[in-house]
Amino acid sequence: MMGICSSVNLLENLMTMVSELVLTRNQLMQTMCNEQSSAFTEPLQRLNHITSELQEGVMKTRMQPIGKAWNKLPRIVRDLSQELDKQVNLEMFGAETELDRQVLEMIKDPLTHMVRNSCDHGLESGAERLAAGKPESGRITLQAAHEGGHIVITISDDGKGLDLERIKSNVLEKGLASSTEIDALTDQEILQYIFKPGFSTASAVTNVSGRGVGMDVVRTNIERIGGAISLQSTAGLGMSFSIKIPLTLAIVAALIVEAGGQRFAIPQISVLELVRASASSDHRIEHIDHTPVLRLRDRLLPLLHLGNMLELSDETVSGDADSFIVVAQVGNYSFGIVVDEVFDTEEIVVKPVAPLLRKLAVFSGNTILGDGSVVMILDPNGLAENVGAARVSQQNSAVDRRAPEAKSSSDMVSLLVFNAGDGVRKAAPLSLIARLEEMAASDIEIADGRLLAQYRDSLMPLTPVYPELDLHARSRRPIIVFNDGPRWAGLIVDEIIDIVEQPLIAEIKGEMPGVMGAIIVDGQSTELIDTAYYLTRLHSDWFATSANTAPSNNAILVIDDSPFFRHLLSPLLQQAGYAVTSVESAERALDLKASGAAFDLIVSDIEMPGMDGFTFAETVKSSPEWGHIPLIALSGKQNVSRLEQGRISGFTDYVGKTDREGLLATLSSTLESAGGRA
Amino acid sequence: MNQGLANSYESANESARNIQQSFVTASIAGQRIGILIAEVQDVLNKQKIHKIPLSPPAVVGALNLRGRIVTALDLRLCLNLAPCAAPESAMSIVVEYENELYSLLVDEIGDVETPPSHLYERPPATLGPAWRTVCSGVYRMDEALLLTLDIANLLEVTVDGAVSQ
Repeated sequence: MMGICSSVNLLENLMTMVSELVLTRNQLMQTMCNEQSSAFTEPLQRLNHITSELQEGVMKTRMQPIGKAWNKLPRIVRDLSQELDKQVNLEMFGAETELDRQVLEMIKDPLTHMVRNSCDHGLESGAERLAAGKPESGRITLQAAHEGGHIVITISDDGKGLDLERIKSNVLEKGLASSTEIDALTDQEILQYIFKPGFSTASAVTNVSGRGVGMDVVRTNIERIGGAISLQSTAGLGMSFSIKIPLTLAIVAALIVEAGGQRFAIPQISVLELVRASASSDHRIEHIDHTPVLRLRDRLLPLLHLGNMLELSDETVSGDADSFIVVAQVGNYSFGIVVDEVFDTEEIVVKPVAPLLRKLAVFSGNTILGDGSVVMILDPNGLAENVGAARVSQQNSAVDRRAPEAKSSSDMVSLLVFNAGDGVRKAAPLSLIARLEEMAASDIEIADGRLLAQYRDSLMPLTPVYPELDLHARSRRPIIVFNDGPRWAGLIVDEIIDIVEQPLIAEIKGEMPGVMGAIIVDGQSTELIDTAYYLTRLHSDWFATSANTAPSNNAILVIDDSPFFRHLLSPLLQQAGYAVTSVESAERALDLKASGAAFDLIVSDIEMPGMDGFTFAETVKSSPEWGHIPLIALSGKQNVSRLEQGRISGFTDYVGKTDREGLLATLSSTLESAGGRA
Repeated sequence: MNQGLANSYESANESARNIQQSFVTASIAGQRIGILIAEVQDVLNKQKIHKIPLSPPAVVGALNLRGRIVTALDLRLCLNLAPCAAPESAMSIVVEYENELYSLLVDEIGDVETPPSHLYERPPATLGPAWRTVCSGVYRMDEALLLTLDIANLLEVTVDGAVSQ
């Protein structure tokens, strides 16, 4: 290919200008999408396409394959393997995956560092490996792939994994935590310590690692560019790091919020979800010694009042008023940011803050929004420091994919009680389990640092419930098998104890990842495991795709006056396979009816300015065109008298606004019964 | 660069003797001040200023000047005077320092003046400390004294002061 030399500065300038153009385009599109048709529609469409192509083109000039950051690694590994007298195979996949040159530069060093680490501490010597029943030469795998607007890089090895005991003693020695604190931590939490400043597991400083550049620096570098790093380790089987970073730093998606009368941008990558808290919903704000916390599913989320923190307001965070909470995640630590209002997601061009403001850790930059106003970009890292993130995280990224079974708390359920190998009785709801199997320990293979077994003509990923379970202590192992379509996943346990039937009321909420809570079974304390935690570890998309198997292509009309909920619901429903149309008022919905639009189901808010949900329902039910369409009411407030009023007006069912699982379940059951009647 | 010339008042003094310089004049707390015209990027009427929480007191906020973000400073606070009464309606002079734009809020904007160089004097040694570091000279104009500001010094003091706080 022919190439030309062009100054980097020129490219940077072009990039900035194109970014501004993209923003202007977005602003125009936003203004125009409210207009049904006008003379501008067509030229605007063209402008839209040209801008996108231009942006893509300019971006490409900055994109480089990640292989560029890898090309020195084989040599480094070869040198290291000689120096350390270990045999190491380095495998690289996805070297052609492209990302922004600037990002590439910034991850080069962290990547090299992690590969060195794997060679030095991760992999055992040849003799040790042979003794452990592994091939003599160790393997380090690098993988890169695009995922949405991000690139995910995985560095894994099939070495001995992290030594928990050594991390513990190191933590004690360095005074990072007391022994009682450590005893209370789960294994995953202990692993997090390797990201702490002043921590290094290398017992001896070697030529290779332990030169003072620890994992804390790696994590800081990755987080500085808006990325995240997580790790998994299985003793004896190896460990893997997973890094998720944005493709480019020039334009990022950000959530615009308001606090104390001012708007702020929060980078979308750190936003886990939006929650609306009110006294009447499942999510309500409570206080522990004046410190506000939110009950979110089965855990307490520390809260930070943005307006108060920025000294814009001085409110007490009360549990009575409705408030919006942005659940943000920094590393593995999540916390809630209480804001007054949530607007849209916008693509913003990040500009550094003036030197005068650099010491304000809460801002990572500023930007100009589509309407020309200047807003500050909040830095979730800086905010996290304010909610005491100094503590090692005890959250896990899987917490937010709780299985819905916890909802039916007072119903009788069948539980499978088993022993995972750590001496604590554990239980899982039987309804979620596909089969119970028994496998020879020798049939369980290790590939790519994961446990696998052949099962029904495919490979089933496995994980022990107790990470330190010695697989080979018994010749045969009971396996709890889960199934979703063609996919299988299995949990390895020590022994199955019993199947019991009893009400599922968690006595104590679980604080550890993988545990939903403690219950009493046959008078013994038993941990109810969070199957979702394990399944998402085995198939990271376990719940995402099972949602996709919902009946597809049903057209759904969503009516809600709050743009917040329209933005929240539409993607949720689309992801579940529905075609979604959303409008802001009952009047607009009736316009659609007049224009002959057809839907399979209508989801409508109750409290709306103008025509309310009840009147709307009555109008729809009495009309010939839409009279047959099932209606589902959405409301922030659930009470019985409204429910009755809703039924009289013609609503088929009633769902809380923030109850996502409930909504999806109601939708599919309503559509099913409507389909059955037709 | 002009900034280099203005860096110390000796050099400003030197250049003032040789060439006549033009200043954008303004008034602040009754004092006439001048900023070298070459250092002025823009003169702004009242602007929408977006407040920045937790910022140092001299920072009034940020504003959008044709797609660039400009930090608005209350010149009165930079000079240890009482803060500007109505920053949202104040006029300002935009200057550049180390690739960043700053808009300095003043009470009133005057004409561009080109005082004859023989009217130039060094700032009096008795000037208060807040002014002494930022004042590069005085012109004995007929109507009132015109104090010229050394923008680089002014911003250096303000930025450093804010950062080390």
